[in-house]
Amino acid sequence: MTTATTITMSTIMTLLDDFLIRAALAGIGLTLATGPLGAFVVWRRMAYFGDATAHAAILGVALSFGFGLSVYIGTLAVALGMALTVASLSGRGHAMDTVLGVLAHSALAFGLVAASFFSGLRVDLSAWLFGDILAVSRADLAIVWGGALAVLGLMLWRWQGLLTATLNEELAQASGLNPRRERLALTLALALTVAVSIKIVGALLIAALLIIPAATARQLARTPEAMAMGAVGCGAASVMAGLLASMQFDTPAGPSIVAAAACLFVLSLGVRRRA
Amino acid sequence: MTPLIAARGLSIRHGETTVLAHVDFTIHPGEIVTVVGPNGSGKSTLIRALIGLEPAAEGRVDRASGLRIGYVPQKLHIDASLPMTVRRFLSLPKRVSDRAARAALARTGVEGLEMRQLARLSGGQFQRVLLARALLAEPQILILDEPTQGLDQPATAAFYHLIEEVRAQTDCAVLLVSHDLHVVMSASDRVICLNGHVCCEGTPKVVSAAPEYRALFGHGTGGAFALYRHEHDHDHEAGACAHDHGDHDHHEHHHDPA
Repeated sequence: MTTATTITMSTIMTLLDDFLIRAALAGIGLTLATGPLGAFVVWRRMAYFGDATAHAAILGVALSFGFGLSVYIGTLAVALGMALTVASLSGRGHAMDTVLGVLAHSALAFGLVAASFFSGLRVDLSAWLFGDILAVSRADLAIVWGGALAVLGLMLWRWQGLLTATLNEELAQASGLNPRRERLALTLALALTVAVSIKIVGALLIAALLIIPAATARQLARTPEAMAMGAVGCGAASVMAGLLASMQFDTPAGPSIVAAAACLFVLSLGVRRRA
Repeated sequence: MTPLIAARGLSIRHGETTVLAHVDFTIHPGEIVTVVGPNGSGKSTLIRALIGLEPAAEGRVDRASGLRIGYVPQKLHIDASLPMTVRRFLSLPKRVSDRAARAALARTGVEGLEMRQLARLSGGQFQRVLLARALLAEPQILILDEPTQGLDQPATAAFYHLIEEVRAQTDCAVLLVSHDLHVVMSASDRVICLNGHVCCEGTPKVVSAAPEYRALFGHGTGGAFALYRHEHDHDHEAGACAHDHGDHDHHEHHHDPA
């Protein structure tokens, strides 16, 4: 290894010692997944679906502590279970608004009740509800990037099919695609995203990170791809702005990021009016 | 000749409700078949089943292997949250070259719309863009589910004229669901009247010979009701028309498919 590379490597390692750098990297990594996925959540009107899945993650956290599992595994399992339940119900013509409302809030309630059985968790519960991005470790960082890249890869791989099925299921089917499989891909992506983002923004605000940057990007985009990439950009900008604000004003980081995203959204409304 | 799509004894249920009962249907290469029927008669369900979106409760649907379907839906709601230019839409699900896209739009008479947002098109433009996209797949069969809903009379006539033109050029089969039978009738090889089951089926000439058809199709909408009440002056498939012609209240008009 040359001296230059050694220096670069060690510089990076030193940088990763800084909790703020780790937080920024984790947040930006996450937006690689939430950008395109969030666009689909908006297009398919799955906002409540996202909520239900994210809220179920709290139950996953509680169960992970109960059974001594990794939080990521427990969260992923429960989020996936919830997402699959909701997806299968939605295919059967239930009144989805009500069903999702019931599921989302009962999952949260049961999660909080289950969490109360574990005394250590009770103290720390707000970290899971609102995220604790400043406490992200190097291992967390690897998991977040790994998960986000997996979601991004899945979406890029299925992009044309996902988009066609989102536009119209009959159209997709007639073209030889399977809309159910595309829906399953999104469900899987959502569960994975929830699992890796719970530590960063917390169960209550995951859906916000999916929806708000995508809604912001919508104001300026003319194609689906532009909107998805714009959502990544808006998400990353929100992470940076939120973290800076959090340092400056000593506010909680997760909510600050979402607040920054909301401010960007309001700004985008003004830009669109002039455009 | 092997049919492109064949349904045999097809029944579809939505929960407890039987939407389609014992439907036999075939369409061969190059054929033009029109399906008519009142609202709620299962026309769209039949189309969805033929495409493969509705699981059969009984019977089966066979499609020729590798069948290329060009589908023009009844309506395509573009959610306001989804930005989509005409050009991008033409590349779904398979990407096409700019040249192919331009040619397809020219063929359906809407050249130069590439950069327009889909949601901003007029009804007539929109249907033509849908048709352009369907044609890009070089379909063996074009399936159109009430493609002129919401278009005025001249636009409807122009659209059907375009379909006949396309059909003459490509020789693809056409399966059309329509209320506008009087416009497309002359070009159809067969007309199928649906009301939960196949009420009757025949050449347009036979169907149009029915006095009720003439009476009702002269008055625009609601005409589809006429067909399943027409005089039985032609032969039916076995058990095809088992309904009670003395019953004049259509909403009470009950068909027992069994």
